Amino acid sequence: MRETRNKWFSIWRWAALAGLALLVLFLPIPVNATTPVERTFHIQASQFAYSPAVLSVNPGDRVTIELLATDVVHGLSIDGYNLETTADPGQAARLTFVADRQGSFRFRCTVTCGNMHPFMIGKLQVGRNDLLWRGALLAGLVLIAGIWGLRK
Amino acid sequence: MNKVQEVFWKEEASLVEGGATLQKRLASQKRINLYLILWIRPLLQSRWPQFLVRALTLAGFVFTIAAGLFGSRVGSHNFAIIFVWIAWWTALKLAFIPLGGRSWCSVCPIPLPGEWMQQRGILEKGGQRFGLSLRWPKRLKGSWLQSSGFLLIGLFSAVTLTDARVTAWVLLSLFGLAVGLSLVFERRAFCSYICPIGGFTGIYAKTAPVEVRVIDTVICATHSEKTCYQNCPWGLYPLALRDSAQCGLCMECLRSCPKDNIAVNVRPFGSDVGQPHHSSRPDEAILALVMLGSALAFSAVFIGPWGILKSAAFAIGSPAWLLYGLGFLALNLLVMPGAFTLAVWAGQGWSGSKTQLRRAVANQAQVLLPLGLFAWIAFTISFAFPKMNYVLSVLSDPLGWGWNLLGTANTAWSPDVSGFSPILQVAILLVGLFWSASIAHRLAQTTNQPPLRQTLPILAFCLVFSLAMLWLMVG
Repeated sequence: MRETRNKWFSIWRWAALAGLALLVLFLPIPVNATTPVERTFHIQASQFAYSPAVLSVNPGDRVTIELLATDVVHGLSIDGYNLETTADPGQAARLTFVADRQGSFRFRCTVTCGNMHPFMIGKLQVGRNDLLWRGALLAGLVLIAGIWGLRK
Repeated sequence: MNKVQEVFWKEEASLVEGGATLQKRLASQKRINLYLILWIRPLLQSRWPQFLVRALTLAGFVFTIAAGLFGSRVGSHNFAIIFVWIAWWTALKLAFIPLGGRSWCSVCPIPLPGEWMQQRGILEKGGQRFGLSLRWPKRLKGSWLQSSGFLLIGLFSAVTLTDARVTAWVLLSLFGLAVGLSLVFERRAFCSYICPIGGFTGIYAKTAPVEVRVIDTVICATHSEKTCYQNCPWGLYPLALRDSAQCGLCMECLRSCPKDNIAVNVRPFGSDVGQPHHSSRPDEAILALVMLGSALAFSAVFIGPWGILKSAAFAIGSPAWLLYGLGFLALNLLVMPGAFTLAVWAGQGWSGSKTQLRRAVANQAQVLLPLGLFAWIAFTISFAFPKMNYVLSVLSDPLGWGWNLLGTANTAWSPDVSGFSPILQVAILLVGLFWSASIAHRLAQTTNQPPLRQTLPILAFCLVFSLAMLWLMVG
């Protein structure tokens, strides 16, 4: 009798955990409504860094990036946004877009600028990074699953 | 005492895990012996298929060195950089290791010329061995030198990964070292004790679904010639194999066994891990921690937005690089081992376990294997996938001299993984964490201590590592 009860308890516990994991995965998280604004960033590109390297905007903002290469030719393309520009040394290049995709996106140099060119990377943060938070919560659930598994 | 009796794995195996126990354990887990499959059997039995692949990899290796030395200095236009650090390095972590363990070692070209000289023959042995055939010094056994080699590569990684000349010299040095050591020491001393890639593949091979094992231990025990051991280039005795970390899957034991008593098994993932009497070697624990620390450091340097870190890692010899080097070494040799030891110590204290801390750390380090392997896979996805278009490009113009041999020199295509890759990375890190937690669970079930208390701090260590990797990958 007690064994059956424990078995059912265990099944319910794992089902609850799975349900929680599904919630973490698919529950829509409300976005803080903010009025879209115009934002302009002046980015200096030199071997092998962007300055500033991290740009934070809100979803819906109209973003202008003014890229200034200070040593050799550099480029900038943003993962997930299909945008690209190239700047000759001393000449600024502009890129304007609406930040309509939420999350964290890497931007990369598109012109071979030296040895570390493939790793010349910056980061565009558009609002809250749901993927990171969901991933962290799921990692916590994995740990809980591990702990439950440990209880004899 | 003959050589077979000196093999420490055999001695330990006889003490720790008798043949009958080993056989019972193997029988209790599902395995498929590939050697029994008719069309695979001749491929394993004959030396020719393996030789042809190795001849091809040797030719590719020589060409890679030539391309590195004489080709373009621009990394993205040089075969050496793209094929070593994008194509091969990706294939190693995404296919060879997770699916085949040390399968790369079975076709690796680096030890070939040394081995040919050593055995005075290419396919078959040609009489008396050439060279001094000395025993490897006992105090240098284990994976200490492999960990050091990996750290050394890590210190210079920003240059090694991006400068074709340096890549060529590193490969040439490994080649020279392998040949030199095979002339001085017996068997594959370089592969077993020096090769940093061997250390990397070996430790994660324990999680892979492939193994070479004896079928019937009694047959082995009564076979006095031990031809498998006599013919193993790695100096291993198959009966004494406790895990797949050392076995290079060369198949020589299988070819030389007169009793057909060797199996090449497909087995469940992670069969070698989660057993308390396995992997209680501190050198393997350090190697596992170095792999974790290096995954963190490389992720920060190569895919992080911190230009100052990239510049410091690249400016070898500068004060900034010295600072970077100190940080890299401190992370790998102090922070990671310190934090893990603290976690194990806390678990020991909380559960009242009397196991010696050093042994407990070495034993619990098995938990880190899936965590590390999946962290490396996640890192590779973000590192290599966006640059896959270079592979097609350098196939047409391997030296960066403006050729267009296959018409793909100007290929701009690259897999658009920007939307998919972060999700994949998160999933991979979570699978690694889950697998590690299950190994911790398996280990805890084998002791008499309260499993939750013993393991909770170790799981917390794994969680913190996973969160750090998550932040570096998709943060």
